[in-house]
Amino acid sequence: MKISRFIKTIFLTDFISGLIIAIKQIFQPKKTINYPFEKGKISPRFRGEHALRRYPNGEERCIACKLCEAVCPAQAITIESTEREDGSRKTTRYDIDMMKCIYCGLCEESCPVDAIVQGPNFEFSTETREELYYNKEKLLDNGDRWESILAANIKADNPYR
Amino acid sequence: MIDYFFQLLDHTYKILFLLIPVLVSVAMVVWLDRRVWAFVQKRRGPNVVGPFGLLQSLADALKYIFKEIIIPASANKVIFILAPIVTMTLALVAWAVIPFSNEFVLADINVGILYLFAISSLGVYGIIMGGWASNSKYPFLGAIRSAAQMVSYEVSIGVIIINVLLIVGSLNLTDIVLAQSKIWFIIPLFPMFIIFFISALAETNRPPFDLPEAEAELVAGYQTEYSGMMYAMFWLGEYANILLMCAMGSILFLGGWLSPIELYPFNLVPSPIWLILKILMLFIIFALVKAIVPRYRYDQLMKLGWKIFLPFSLLWVVLTSSYLFYFDLLPKN
Repeated sequence: MKISRFIKTIFLTDFISGLIIAIKQIFQPKKTINYPFEKGKISPRFRGEHALRRYPNGEERCIACKLCEAVCPAQAITIESTEREDGSRKTTRYDIDMMKCIYCGLCEESCPVDAIVQGPNFEFSTETREELYYNKEKLLDNGDRWESILAANIKADNPYR
Repeated sequence: MIDYFFQLLDHTYKILFLLIPVLVSVAMVVWLDRRVWAFVQKRRGPNVVGPFGLLQSLADALKYIFKEIIIPASANKVIFILAPIVTMTLALVAWAVIPFSNEFVLADINVGILYLFAISSLGVYGIIMGGWASNSKYPFLGAIRSAAQMVSYEVSIGVIIINVLLIVGSLNLTDIVLAQSKIWFIIPLFPMFIIFFISALAETNRPPFDLPEAEAELVAGYQTEYSGMMYAMFWLGEYANILLMCAMGSILFLGGWLSPIELYPFNLVPSPIWLILKILMLFIIFALVKAIVPRYRYDQLMKLGWKIFLPFSLLWVVLTSSYLFYFDLLPKN
């Protein structure tokens, strides 16, 4: 036992076997991706940047029930509403403070009409804080931009809801 | 007067002709180091700036140049600024005696190997000065560790060099290479080559002997307080030293600029290419070792240096000299 260990130490066998393993690893496929140029796959449940969706006819989905505002653990959402001429209740103000937001996804869960959703976009860093105070226009614009992916994600996740 | 001036100009050209390739190759070698390290860990490593990321070091250097140099209020300013300069200068000065071919050597001095050894011993001053002048705990501890480590391993490197000198009978690096035209010294002195390689790792503060900059304990060791260009100079000096150790290894054991076989296709390759290839090969092993080994504990490091390497290399000196004496192979000139 002791002699065999001594021989191992003298001839650096462990070191050499480690070196061989290292050389083998060099020729194996890489586990990392070239991030800005290629991106990893994202689950349909991914909770990224927020978006407010519209119905296909262009009407806003949000009915200003304020469930998301109530459930938000970080109290990042501020909603003000009014009644329109046709009697429907709509938001006049829908602000999300993206720096307070903890991306828990509870607003999305609580929404009865799938209006506020969290999309696949995670690259929305800005150079100032002010740009991260999202208002209704910004959120609706996000919804318009990502609508095809958002709809597909909601459909894909539907069986598990 | 005008003669003197031309001579000066001539020497300046020669020095630049050596210095600029060395500096460029240091930058390339940093890229190679990071790339090999990444590949062993199945990562991609720097591959964005330039073809295959080759210009990454250039981009890093630019970043360092534009960064602010911060000198701590309680630091000894003169020594603090001097330390990286000393490190880099010493690392570059040593290249003067490295022979790239039979004729192409900047200073073909008779005591080349001693010069090399002396300069690499002085390298510890840059680190000690930096650590002491920072006037802070971590740099100081790192510098002390580094000094102890470099001094310990220099002893065994010195004894290994004696082995080679016994066979060659000359301190001139060109003579040392030419003495290997029959057989490279790696074959008769293989254990010495291994010990030289490991000592070179310790001498240049590479893993597994990177205790001076053990980031878990000492933040960044002696470089902790440095920033901007001064940090870059430390970094440049460190890699120039690593390349120098690789060059030393290839000259002492791998036959320097000699081609491995004296046959037709190998003869055509210009001799500096062979030396560069050997240096690169040694450096890739350096990089691989960095990727696979954990760090030594401090007492293990000291034990390895003083209790194993020193007696073993001394024993080998006795073996080599008795062999040479018994078979009457001692060099006579």
